[in-house]
Amino acid sequence: MATTRILEWVGRFYIFLLLGFLYLPIIIMALMSFNASPFYQLPFEWTTDWYASLWQNDQLIAATWNSIEIAIITTVISTVLGSAASLALYRYEFRGKKFLQALLFPPIAIPWLITGTAMLIFFFGIGIGRGLIAILLGHVALALPYVIVVVSARLQTFAPELEEAARSLGANQWQVTVRVTLPWIMPGVIAGGLFAFAVSFDQFVVSYFLSTPGQTTLPVEIYAAIRKGFTPEINAVSTIIIVVSMALMLLTARFFKFGGEK
Amino acid sequence: MAEQLATGSRRGLRPALPLLLPAYLWLTVAIFLPLSAMVFFSFMTDLPLAGKEWSFTLGNYAAFFSQSLYLTLLLASLRLGLEVTLWCVVIGYPAAYVLAKVLKGRSREAIFLLVILPFWSNGLVRIFSWAMVLREGGILDITLNAVLPFKINIDLMYSYPAVIIGLVHSYVPYMVLTCYLTLQAIDDSLIEAGRSLGASRLQMLKRVIIPLSMPGLIAGAALIFVPVVGSFMEPRILGGRTGTFYGTVIEDQFVAVFNWPLGAALSFILLAVVLVILALAAPVLRRAG
Repeated sequence: MATTRILEWVGRFYIFLLLGFLYLPIIIMALMSFNASPFYQLPFEWTTDWYASLWQNDQLIAATWNSIEIAIITTVISTVLGSAASLALYRYEFRGKKFLQALLFPPIAIPWLITGTAMLIFFFGIGIGRGLIAILLGHVALALPYVIVVVSARLQTFAPELEEAARSLGANQWQVTVRVTLPWIMPGVIAGGLFAFAVSFDQFVVSYFLSTPGQTTLPVEIYAAIRKGFTPEINAVSTIIIVVSMALMLLTARFFKFGGEK
Repeated sequence: MAEQLATGSRRGLRPALPLLLPAYLWLTVAIFLPLSAMVFFSFMTDLPLAGKEWSFTLGNYAAFFSQSLYLTLLLASLRLGLEVTLWCVVIGYPAAYVLAKVLKGRSREAIFLLVILPFWSNGLVRIFSWAMVLREGGILDITLNAVLPFKINIDLMYSYPAVIIGLVHSYVPYMVLTCYLTLQAIDDSLIEAGRSLGASRLQMLKRVIIPLSMPGLIAGAALIFVPVVGSFMEPRILGGRTGTFYGTVIEDQFVAVFNWPLGAALSFILLAVVLVILALAAPVLRRAG
């Protein structure tokens, strides 16, 4: 038994090391965004100047608003369309259903580099070109499979007898959906929506290929700034982004358990 | 089957269509048609825009096979994918084991969430954060020089190891997640039974635990390998001049050289490689899912 105890403590220590590996760079980046030296020199001198100067950076602020707007519109569209599709996949039996479900896999599994460049070519070919509309089209498509997967997972826990019971009591299809099914799957819908927001807000690769200098999102703007050279301002805006996206995922986790216990 | 009873209480595609159509139409316009268009364009000499002359050609594919540069870079990217995947197994699997079999209750839930959390945060920003750590005069440099009695210069920034570190940091949570799911499904009493029959820890690991968690390992490997082979932003930021890979060459065709047909051909070759890998892993993925 003694060796078991020791091994368990080694295991716990190992997890601690892994968490260090995962979080240290982020913590250091956050600390450096509060350091006065523009060349990240130590000793550490506290300042919030870099955050203050973010407000003067019109380009960055414009890109931030674009990111937020696109993420919100993506969330609304993909949650509505995705939930509807999940309901159909749950409720009805038809030929080709397996195929439709399998079609959700490629958008998730194919590297964004390929999807992004393909969208660029196609949108150019049909005249949409690059810009915010193209980015929005792409983001919704990337978010849809996640929404459908998450909402479908929630629907698996729903008892169809409830719908049958409501129907036999005289409710029509619309009433059944709105009064019975929707309240039950709401946690899944909310989680799906938060996923969609995260997919869009954090999306870099696809936005990168679809953006033009005037119409761009925050991650694309940051990438351009990084390639010009590091500045503490990038640290500051990066720190804000990471805090926002982690908070978002913590919120999602409240509504949706990441697999595992069912 | 219970599942068949539970779902599909009603038959027919017709009533399902209004619910399905918007989502799948959107996916078609923004994903499936673009992928088809890419294949089409890859056989063209130029883009059929603004009245430019174009014709069909195999030249873009010939370029891939005749110039060893592209093949070399594809191999370099495949090697990068393999190395990153291996490191993710080495680092992620033990962590998944501890999470599934050692930690219990609330602390397990909290730590699991902590491990998964970075995976869902901004990848670009996380890659950038390593720049602070790895550069000369960065935290790693200062810390090591403070601890070690002799002077060393740590400047990993813009090197191959930096790219590996950044990518492993990006993808290891995926491996932890998939392995955790399969390890958690292994019945504890099975392990106890094996132990009481006299199997050593190592034997149990080799004969029982690893084989049973193989679907998780393979799922994780596929889900890490594929995006790493197609990565371009991570090598650009952390690799600098050493960070030229297949993905960065494709990026160049679209944003710097503007040879879109060649870019489409290179992308399509990558897609073919990716599909082969996913097809090989698909049976296992289905069982694991």
